[in-house]
Amino acid sequence: MGPRTPGGRGAAQALWRAGWVAFGVLVTAAVARASGHAAAVAAPASGSSLAWWIWPALLFVVTFAMGIVAVLGGVGGGVLFVPIIGGFFPFHLDFVRGAGLLVALAGALAAGPGLLKKGMADLRLAIPVALIASACAIVGAMIGLALPTRVVQIALGATILGIVAIMAVAKKSEYPEVRQADSLSTALRISGIYHEASTGQDVDWKIHRTPQGLLSFIVIGVMAGMFGLGAGWANVPVLNLLMGAPLKVSVGTSKFLLSITDTSAAWIYVNDGAVLPMLVAPSIIGIMLGSIVGVRILAFTKPAAIRYIVIGLLLFASTRALLKGLAIWN
Amino acid sequence: MSENTAPVRLMRVVVEAEREKPAIAEEQLAYAGVLDLGMKLGLLLLVVTFALYVTGLVSPHIPVQELPRYWSLPVKQYLAATGIHAGWSWLGMLGKGDFLNFLGIAFLAAVAIVCYLAITPILFRKNDRIYGVLAVVEVLVLVLAASGVLKVGGH
Repeated sequence: MGPRTPGGRGAAQALWRAGWVAFGVLVTAAVARASGHAAAVAAPASGSSLAWWIWPALLFVVTFAMGIVAVLGGVGGGVLFVPIIGGFFPFHLDFVRGAGLLVALAGALAAGPGLLKKGMADLRLAIPVALIASACAIVGAMIGLALPTRVVQIALGATILGIVAIMAVAKKSEYPEVRQADSLSTALRISGIYHEASTGQDVDWKIHRTPQGLLSFIVIGVMAGMFGLGAGWANVPVLNLLMGAPLKVSVGTSKFLLSITDTSAAWIYVNDGAVLPMLVAPSIIGIMLGSIVGVRILAFTKPAAIRYIVIGLLLFASTRALLKGLAIWN
Repeated sequence: MSENTAPVRLMRVVVEAEREKPAIAEEQLAYAGVLDLGMKLGLLLLVVTFALYVTGLVSPHIPVQELPRYWSLPVKQYLAATGIHAGWSWLGMLGKGDFLNFLGIAFLAAVAIVCYLAITPILFRKNDRIYGVLAVVEVLVLVLAASGVLKVGGH
């Protein structure tokens, strides 16, 4: 990276401000919907009082802001996308979940090559995990599309509340202590060495509790498919805290895993007709551009504060999903 | 420049560090290469087809002005109201701007299958039979998901 010039810093700060202005639009949308003005737009029979392009344009702006916040908050875009877009936009949850999977998939596909080439994602660790998660994501997607929307809304709200709890309390271990690799990971030769650029050292790693870890991915796969969420929030704790992979390998492998898990679930949504290009394309483009800006802003912000904002947003969105599912706040 | 100046010594250290970096497995690099190409092509396809759709250069099956009437419906009602058939029927409607977008979407969703197909021969050549079989099974799982054979009852 080249030297940071005052002009470059100013431009980045301008982008930062623009991102927050965009995010303010989300809050405006929420307030508008809550006060009933937007309800007419969502009514299928009555048509729209607004131009058709308003919602896709707003979707682009909000996903752009979401891409920035996701990078700064250290979460995947998918986990923000489904509860926020599902809660505050007029699109049906079926289409939002389909788009959410494709958003998470696109992000994982974009990050995958770099992670694999640098050894931050480990293919040997990912292959058995991905097989279980992707097969179970198919089951999850089928369950999610078969269940009544209200049930999915309530379950989604409860799940996001659980994710908030995990984000708030789960600890991370940079280099978990693994005294001895278990027999399954030894048989599968799951171990590795990655180069830690910050210290210039090569880090040897191995894993343990592989059977328990693999079993966990049954649940993770089902939930990823059912709710259209990325599953980084669950992948990382299982790979890092349960199986003992170093944090960077866990984060990298988790991101790469989404490119396989979400692929299988996404196909179920595509084949069921639950994919609307007018939602998918602006969302993918918005969140990827936002992520690029987010990475640049990351250099001069305090991510810890952003993480609390992400937790607050998820709390709000999960409450909205729960109340929507319970027909208390429609 | 002398052979022992600071920049030269620093360069030697960097070159040495690069040389000593842990080797990445052949199949992992192959996977990364295919993924990189597929991801770029898929995203390009998505952007181009969406531009054709949203600018009206290719007319859609559902006029964009009418979309707000449908996007709040559950998927089953949406399909019934628009006369769209689920599954791979979009292949027969690629002349419509909205369905043209499925080229990019399907391409992105198929990249992982191609990546696995690319590494399977490498795994078997290295006599890594367990991972070779796991890769074949993963391809079968993804192809099953993509096939449209698995139908959802629906609400």
